[in-house]
Amino acid sequence: MDVSWYLVLSALLFATGAAGVLIRRSPLVILLCLELMLNAGNLALVAFARANGNQDGQVLALVVMVVAACEVVVGLGLIVAMFRRRLPLNVDEMRELRG
Amino acid sequence: MSATTFAWLLLAFPLAGCVITALGWRALPGRAAGWIATAAIALSFAGSIGALADLLGRPGAERALTSSLYTYAAGGGLDVKLGILVDPLSVFMCLVVSGVSALIHLYSVAYLSSDRGYARFFSYLNFFVFSMLLLVLAGNLILLIVGWAFVGFASYALISFWYRRETATRAGMKAFVINVIGDVGLVLAAFFIFRDLGTFDYQGVFSAARQAFHANQGVAIAICLLLLVGAFAKSAQLPLHTWLPDAMEGPTPVSALIHAATMVTAGVYLIARMHPLFELAPTAADISAFIGLATLIFAATVALVVTDLKRIIAYSTISQIGYMVVGVSIGAYAAGMFHLMTHAFFKALLFMAAGSVISAMGGEQSIDRMSGFRRALPFTTATLLCGALALGGFPGTSGFFSKDEILAAGAARGGFYWVLAIGGYLAAFLTALYAFRIFFRVSHGEPCEEARELERGHLVHAEPFNPATGEREDTDVGFPGPKHHIAERSAPMRVAMAVLGALAILGGVVQIPGVDSAVSRFLDPSFATSALGGAVEVSAGDAWLGLLAGALVSLAGIAAAYYLFVARRGVTARLAERFRGLHRFLERKWYFDELYDALVYRPTIAAGRFANDVFERVVVQGIVSGTVGVVRGFGAAVRGAQSGFVRAYALLLIGGFAALGLYFLIASAGS
Repeated sequence: MDVSWYLVLSALLFATGAAGVLIRRSPLVILLCLELMLNAGNLALVAFARANGNQDGQVLALVVMVVAACEVVVGLGLIVAMFRRRLPLNVDEMRELRG
Repeated sequence: MSATTFAWLLLAFPLAGCVITALGWRALPGRAAGWIATAAIALSFAGSIGALADLLGRPGAERALTSSLYTYAAGGGLDVKLGILVDPLSVFMCLVVSGVSALIHLYSVAYLSSDRGYARFFSYLNFFVFSMLLLVLAGNLILLIVGWAFVGFASYALISFWYRRETATRAGMKAFVINVIGDVGLVLAAFFIFRDLGTFDYQGVFSAARQAFHANQGVAIAICLLLLVGAFAKSAQLPLHTWLPDAMEGPTPVSALIHAATMVTAGVYLIARMHPLFELAPTAADISAFIGLATLIFAATVALVVTDLKRIIAYSTISQIGYMVVGVSIGAYAAGMFHLMTHAFFKALLFMAAGSVISAMGGEQSIDRMSGFRRALPFTTATLLCGALALGGFPGTSGFFSKDEILAAGAARGGFYWVLAIGGYLAAFLTALYAFRIFFRVSHGEPCEEARELERGHLVHAEPFNPATGEREDTDVGFPGPKHHIAERSAPMRVAMAVLGALAILGGVVQIPGVDSAVSRFLDPSFATSALGGAVEVSAGDAWLGLLAGALVSLAGIAAAYYLFVARRGVTARLAERFRGLHRFLERKWYFDELYDALVYRPTIAAGRFANDVFERVVVQGIVSGTVGVVRGFGAAVRGAQSGFVRAYALLLIGGFAALGLYFLIASAGS
């Protein structure tokens, strides 16, 4: 199969994730969308790896998965902490870092 | 033991004494610190005698010995050793310094015994003697500068010894600052010498200078003038003399030791030591001689009107050092050194007598308040008379022979050097006048209140007031203390003064024209290469003619003093009233302090104020606050982007990457 199909799928997934990050306000959903973007990247990496016939892209995809897992742990931890403190689960209301 | 071993030993004793008294001040009981310090200096004097004996046992040409402990710096053409030069000149200085110092230490044992800074005083005093001996024994310019600076520090520490007294600390600072001006001159001279002659070692410098410089070459004159800056700052010659009268704020033994007998003569020693350079730069030597003449006349006139007892003697010191400077500048080196020796005797004696009188007055120093101490203080008065006779050049005393030898040498050199002799005799008249002004004002006349009390056996004690300003003082450590000691009641003081009194009267017999010339003969090897030796040779007949003139001048001065201060008391007040302008001019010390105030102090303060008000406020602050403003403005501009909305950041990120990607796509499509 031509590599372009994988890339189109990857681009679609990435665009969906990016749109989700930009549009949604719930931190949980933003986290999901981030995962989507990361995995879109993974897909592209794996596809290129197969097309070029070497393993570099696959290895990098594994690294990305590890990073994604760490990120989910931290992100979910933050969300649980926010929930415990009864903070609103809305990213627009958390803007103490405004300059 | 060889002379160099003795020299190292005589350096080691005062240093050991300094360390022992400094570290053991808490453990040493009573007067122990004073006795230890005195013993250290006495041993040092014994070492000097040992060195003298060893040198006398050698033939004349082999009397310059060097020795080195270790090498400071070697390489790159530089070879500086911790080395000493033992020759007749340095041994002579060692004898004078350690001998007079030992007596002054002995005097101080009693004089300062009720001071709470007793051990500190002796530690400083021993350190001073160590530094001075290092200065005179140094075998190269580097070690000379080290000793030079140590001596300056010791002087500062001792002038400010009573550190609760503001006038004393100020005087200390003044002395230190002016001495540093001299240090700078000396260091610059050393740089020039090293640049042109490639060595710091005395003997190397002198032999190289004879090859490298021709007579009156610019560099040689520059070196000599820079050396003179150093010498004049240390020796309180015009125009760097103003610190010495103020230095009288220190305890009286300090005035006797440092500011009369030893340290202030370091400049004279320097000129004598560097005589091969000065002979290559006759212009500088002439400048030096005439500054010496100006100083000796100037200081003698001021000594006529000042009323502070110690300050009169201080101005007298400046004047007498003027004689020595004249002597060593015109080539009469041995005469200058001889006067240095006799001056050390009689000036230390005068200060000791003054200290005793001041103690009897309870710290009061104005001679206007003193009178009639003849019966109350017979011993002090007798020693004061010895000192005054020697200072005034009374025939037969030590000062008579030494001063006239310098003036006779000036006359023998002929030409315009005659001016030196004439000016010297003029000042000799003034010297006799002010010497006996001190004596008659203190000893004669109606006894003052303190003298009458003392005759009844009651010694006044000091009130906690500053004698200079009259302000009430803090009476803790660093203050003179209420108890005083007079020579009549303290054996150590009496012994020291008696020995010096005998030396002041009889010290001249070692060098009487036509009879003996022990000093000249001993010092001869040090000045063997001098080209001026013949020019200042005085025949015995001329010398006796000079002595006759000196005797007449001196007797005239003493007679005038008797007339003014005893026979017609009060005529001086009328004279001062009559010539009020002149009196004021002399009393303000020729306005030198005011001149420096206007020329140096005020412009410096004004420059500082300008720098603070204009430069600091406008320029420096402008740069600083301008930078702050720029950073703050930029921050304000950038802050708008920080909205705090996570999604806005994400949009910027994605938008930015999209824009970058688009750009690269277009760019790659174009190629």
